[in-house]
Amino acid sequence: MELSVDIEKKLRDFTLRADFAVKDEVFALLGASGCGKSMTLKCIAGIETPDKGRIVLNGRVLFDSEAGINLQPQARKAGYLFQNYALFPNMTIAENIAFVASGDNVEKERKVQANLARFKLTGLAQAYPHELSGGQQQRAAFARILAADAQLLLLDEPFSALDSYLKWQLEMELGDVLKEYDGAALLVSHDRGEVYRLADRIAVINRGQMEKVHSKHGLFQDPDTLAAALLTGCKNVSSIKRIAADRIFAEDWQMELQVAADIPAAAQFAGIRAHYIEVKTQVGENTVLVEVVSVVEDVFSYLVMVRKKDAGACPLRLELSKAEWLQLGNPKELYLHLPKERIMLLNP
Amino acid sequence: MELAPLMITLQTAGVATVATFFIGIGLALMVVRMNRFQGLADAVITLPLVLPPTVVGFFLLLLFGKRSTIGSFLLQFDITLVFTWKAAVMAAIVVSLPLMYRTARGAFEQIDVNIIHAARTLGVSDWRIFWHILLPNARAGILAGLVLSFTRALGEFGATIMFAGNIPGVTQTMSTAIYAAVQANDYDLAGQWAMIIVAFSLVFVVMMNWWINRQNKGAALWN
Repeated sequence: MELSVDIEKKLRDFTLRADFAVKDEVFALLGASGCGKSMTLKCIAGIETPDKGRIVLNGRVLFDSEAGINLQPQARKAGYLFQNYALFPNMTIAENIAFVASGDNVEKERKVQANLARFKLTGLAQAYPHELSGGQQQRAAFARILAADAQLLLLDEPFSALDSYLKWQLEMELGDVLKEYDGAALLVSHDRGEVYRLADRIAVINRGQMEKVHSKHGLFQDPDTLAAALLTGCKNVSSIKRIAADRIFAEDWQMELQVAADIPAAAQFAGIRAHYIEVKTQVGENTVLVEVVSVVEDVFSYLVMVRKKDAGACPLRLELSKAEWLQLGNPKELYLHLPKERIMLLNP
Repeated sequence: MELAPLMITLQTAGVATVATFFIGIGLALMVVRMNRFQGLADAVITLPLVLPPTVVGFFLLLLFGKRSTIGSFLLQFDITLVFTWKAAVMAAIVVSLPLMYRTARGAFEQIDVNIIHAARTLGVSDWRIFWHILLPNARAGILAGLVLSFTRALGEFGATIMFAGNIPGVTQTMSTAIYAAVQANDYDLAGQWAMIIVAFSLVFVVMMNWWINRQNKGAALWN
């Protein structure tokens, strides 16, 4: 299963440009809401039309603006899993599947039974969609997509409307489906955890612009842009000025910092994840005296906002286990250490 | 009491409602899918609902009268519309169409657009989507539109009397018969026709409500 996409579409506030290829893998588009990631899926499925570009699935051209090709959604064989699953409310689960299955009646019935069994829905064949739980509806939607012989799975924020417990259950079920499904799947999400757990490779979309495609480990360890750092959950970012080849001045934090390697020419921001920041007892390299602005007790940790004393600096967010913070004795001031190998240098 | 006005009314309203059903649903689908000029199209189709029926009748006269382009064209095939039963049907269609169109459109717009997108990406033809997904999921609204247009057609007066006249046994419906009876000072006859119209309309609207309630019980479970 192979999909290649290279499209452009003018949206209200920006132009969406997506250029990537997916082959036998789960590929994720990670972006904030309204960045154009769902629009990309809709263009592939044929629900929306790009302004220009080309989409090819398994050697079949689905869209090519130069050649004037724009297949109907019906002819594309791209299964789209909607957020609300979009089961047909007037049909039972078996009817939902039979309605989209191709072939004669015998073949249809075979596909219905096979997919009901595959998704453990045989007992619910005669139930209507409203009688099913969220997880069962999602399985029914998958059964329907596979019965329609989809060559590609498009997953549009599959868990965004769910509470965290149900979300986890459905995610595990989706993980199982994806493992068993040997085709390619394209996942769209704003949740870094979701894409990390489910996808093999990840691309960040920022206001319609697709950034470099990463392996998931690469993206989280070494995001190369500000948007990628923020989307992967980095809470502390600052604009920087270069002082030496490997020294920066972080303008928002008002700190002069040593970095581990030479600063890339395009880097304009620095970031550090909250759990990599350390508390020290004395001044040293990359260690500054900071005052505590506020302390928020989270479920399993303390979130401490600190900023450099008397410098009009923006605060940094520091995350400490409860035991660690209580051991420090709720101080008003402390020495903050930003390990140089943990400082990420980011392009805009 | 001559029964002709009752028969003419039922026939006129019946034939008009069948036509209104198809035209109204067609227009509703067309307007829902329009990208531009949706507001204008909607206004034009809704206009007969808010205009005085005499104005509608007057325009129909202008459009299909013997001296009009269409009227003189039809005359070549020996077809006249004005002051015939066909004219009564046409008047009823134009006046009841907005009710069918608006309720059908509302019902279609209630349907989650993702359901239609899902069907299309799963390879279902637009024609099958219409018959098996759009119509069944909009049936309560469409039925309401049907009953409203039928009762509207039953009571149609202004456009009918302008365009089809008030010819006993040919175009005289119950409502025009009431007008004629009152003019002839026959209040008993007028009262009888009035009661019949009230009874018919009441029965149909009660039936509609009963049906919609039943449908809604099903629909509430869908969510």
